[in-house]
Amino acid sequence: MIRLLLLTLLATPTLADEIWVTNEKDDTISVIDTATLEVTRTIPTGERPRGITFSHDYSRVYICASDSDTVQVMDPATGEILHELPSGEDPEQFVLHPDDKHLWIANEDDAVTTVVDVDSRKVVAQINVGIEPEGMGVSPDGAIVVTTSETTNMAHWIDTRTHQIIANTLVDSRPRHAEFTASELWVSSEVGGTVTVFDVATKAEKAKIRFAIPGVNDDLIQPVGFEFTPDQSTAFVALGPANHVAVINMQTHEVETYILVGRRVWHMAFNRDHSQLFTTNGVSGDVTVIDVASRSALKSIKVGRFPWGAAFRPTE
Amino acid sequence: MFRIVLTIAILATAAPAWAELPVAITYLRLEVDRPPVLSNLDPVPEDLGIAGAEIAIADTQTTGSFLGHSYSLTLASIPPGGELTTAAREALKTSRLILIDADPATILSVADLPEAQGALLFNVSSGAENLRSGDCRANLLHTIPEDAARTDALMQVLQRKQWQTTVLVTGSHPADQAFAEALRRSATKFGITIAAEKDWTFDTDLRESTMDEIPRFTEGFPDHDVILVADETDDFGRYIEHNAWLPRPVAGSDGMVPTAWAPVIESWGAVQLQNRFEDHALRPMRGLDYAAWAAIRAIGEAVTRTGSSDPATLRAFLLNPDFQMDGFKGRGLSFRAWNGQLRQPIAVVNSRALVTLAPVEGFLHQRNEMDTLGLDEPESACTAFKGAP
Repeated sequence: MIRLLLLTLLATPTLADEIWVTNEKDDTISVIDTATLEVTRTIPTGERPRGITFSHDYSRVYICASDSDTVQVMDPATGEILHELPSGEDPEQFVLHPDDKHLWIANEDDAVTTVVDVDSRKVVAQINVGIEPEGMGVSPDGAIVVTTSETTNMAHWIDTRTHQIIANTLVDSRPRHAEFTASELWVSSEVGGTVTVFDVATKAEKAKIRFAIPGVNDDLIQPVGFEFTPDQSTAFVALGPANHVAVINMQTHEVETYILVGRRVWHMAFNRDHSQLFTTNGVSGDVTVIDVASRSALKSIKVGRFPWGAAFRPTE
Repeated sequence: MFRIVLTIAILATAAPAWAELPVAITYLRLEVDRPPVLSNLDPVPEDLGIAGAEIAIADTQTTGSFLGHSYSLTLASIPPGGELTTAAREALKTSRLILIDADPATILSVADLPEAQGALLFNVSSGAENLRSGDCRANLLHTIPEDAARTDALMQVLQRKQWQTTVLVTGSHPADQAFAEALRRSATKFGITIAAEKDWTFDTDLRESTMDEIPRFTEGFPDHDVILVADETDDFGRYIEHNAWLPRPVAGSDGMVPTAWAPVIESWGAVQLQNRFEDHALRPMRGLDYAAWAAIRAIGEAVTRTGSSDPATLRAFLLNPDFQMDGFKGRGLSFRAWNGQLRQPIAVVNSRALVTLAPVEGFLHQRNEMDTLGLDEPESACTAFKGAP
């Protein structure tokens, strides 16, 4: 079955797209070829690379080098560091604004969110938020950025025009990741073990998603990264040391199934047609490839130590 | 007599228009004259515990400043031999949330004050079993792990490694004896043998003669996998390893140590807490710092979620089975409903690295695996927590 699928993939005219994975404890990026599902390149980075995202035209890749206190800008074709951006201390995660010009960065050690202009390479604003900011989400229209703070247990809603906090909403313990849909904000809480869904218009809590896996203790179910399918019908949520990814129906907010992946699953990225999902597994040091249609794991790919972030790169 | 050594009143940075909710917390400490120890390498920090409370207040106030909650921390530190109850009475007039850093008898005398009824007290310093069992008090929660939780964690590791035969060396201080007793009980619980015991009675200066004295002292032991040391005052334990007759690892108060917190914990976001602590205190964070930190974080979490500073409301919230708090140890922390003990993982560490975080995989429990550590419900004689809170 697996072999057949692989053969099918190999038979497809190869686009040679890539998934880029940051290895937190190796100071490298592993580049996975989405056709062969092999690591084709390992690229050195600054210290403790975590968040990773591409510019809209994929000509640049931004990397949070947390312990180097900088965001590195790399040419993805050559792996060369073009320059560094002033990121504030200990950048962990960021989100690129729809304007393709402003990076919104969570400075984990500093309790601030930093806004950097990627062209002028200047800090535009710093906004005081809660302790240990991490999750960063931007609304599709670019009007609102949300920072979640792990120790303050809040989602801070920031007006991107004025750089002012317009609302603070409590979430469950240790929020890690935030993503907007067209009308909702989703926030995962690692220790609380939940995903909270907010209505963006009212900023009121709309649903709370809980998880239960037979044979896995509740306190090991720790939601972290998640991704939505483009039609916003299905969400995939990484559950950390529970070693599973939950599949959620986004209309009913019900969990439909759980997929067993590697150990301490953290973040994830889709391939070009969203038929495959690549999850980073921190403790086992590998990436699990999930077949989205059948909701099953296809393959594990060995990468570096403590793979953290993942991002898709088309190569043509 | 009652001296306030320092007062930190952090005002909310963004003063909201609505009424502020003040949350007054007092750190009450009875200072101790520590017995002299052989080595001067690791003095006990003056601000042990207090620095943990300070960092927790700062952490908590950031949430408070978004919600209009204003936290303050007052320290009342009484010199050795002083009357802590007098200071406690004074503190309880203005502060109904108290952290106590003292010996078990003194903690009980504060909890039993008429003024303390209806207040909420947190034991941050004593691992004594009786405080969680027959001598428990309804107004007293515990954020420092009991000794039994630490020794259970150690025995889980020894059992997992199949290092099942041990010998025990015990110091002369009451804390050493109590820890040795906890080691014996945990050894029985987890099927570890203590094949022989010796009391540490030496009065020579070991800094000069460890190579000569320790081999002779340990030569008579039957063969064993591990040497356990009960040396809670940090006196002789450091000299055992690499000097014993047989080349065996040391565990207990030295070597492989079970503890609430240690500087070597770096996963689960712990580096952030370690960094904040070290920036503030200019030293690594210890177990008592962590217990004080956890107490204030628990108060803060309860105030944040209930919008109240009433001790009874906060107590009910903390003892609710749904309560979960992040403690940078990979699992949500909660309080045991039968004796008010903070349910938490125990770090088993050496000086350079985390060995593991107990509960060790494979030690199962019908309620929560963390309840394999310390006094489980059937083992505790505590009745003060039964019935309506």
